[in-house]
Amino acid sequence: MDQFAVKVIVRLRPSVLDPAGEATKSASVKLGAEGIKSLRIGKMIEVKIEGNGENEVREKIDLLCDRLFANTVIEDYEYSLEKL
Amino acid sequence: MDNFTVGVVVFPGSNCDRDVSWALEGCLDIRTKYLWHESSDLSDVDAIVLPGGFSYGDYLRCGAIARFSPLINALDEFVKSGKRVLGICNGFQILTESGFLPGALVANKNLNFICDDVELDIVSSKGGWFNNGDEKQTIKLPIAHGEGRYHCDSDTLKKLVDNELIALRYKNNPNGSSFDIAGIINEKGNVLGLMPHPERACDETIGGTDGLFTLKSLILK
Repeated sequence: MDQFAVKVIVRLRPSVLDPAGEATKSASVKLGAEGIKSLRIGKMIEVKIEGNGENEVREKIDLLCDRLFANTVIEDYEYSLEKL
Repeated sequence: MDNFTVGVVVFPGSNCDRDVSWALEGCLDIRTKYLWHESSDLSDVDAIVLPGGFSYGDYLRCGAIARFSPLINALDEFVKSGKRVLGICNGFQILTESGFLPGALVANKNLNFICDDVELDIVSSKGGWFNNGDEKQTIKLPIAHGEGRYHCDSDTLKKLVDNELIALRYKNNPNGSSFDIAGIINEKGNVLGLMPHPERACDETIGGTDGLFTLKSLILK
């Protein structure tokens, strides 16, 4: 069995308004940061998982992302995988 | 109808389950039974309410974890059999997360948790969930949510409009919902999801009775 560290990034789709991102952008400007064109907030999920090789682990992560970690009606996801 | 029983689902974090039960039993004399979310035996209930609250603490996304409970798995057969399911607030979020209704509920546009009474236009008569006779009617129901902004893609919205699946629209959109949507119905008409709380509008002493009709319609065949 191989063990992998997976980092999943879940983002709101570009077409979905992100009010928390907008509020944070507004606070960033108040802090004095200049030049911020866009600020959107997503989630990062870290998973340690074992399986027989990278392909099997990718299948499991695809299922998790598609069915649980992200709601694909409103969110996109991507992930990176590192063998431990 | 004497034995007609409405199952009120209880998840860890549900907090409107007792309100729903009170409204059905106390105001409408309809028998209820609490269904723990780990139960998958729906054989002795005739309709189901998924009540409001914060199932599983709204972890990950509202309704995302509740969707995997044994009861929600069993709900597929129940819905296919034509029995009626009403999802209120968090119950609506669970119905969209589990795919019984299209779209999703996301954070209110102004980020506020909104607790208020809202005026709603009854849009569709499908399923007989609302008393809208011949004329366009308006009702007033309470809302209480932080993540009630209905979102769907334009194809889904067109389908909702074309098939008369939009049940309720806000008169003054409080949360930024697409097309002012406050509640939708499935194609068969036996599943309704809405953000407003009909169970909190079933007695004049607490501000109105516009929710009675919807709860009463659970006993329709």
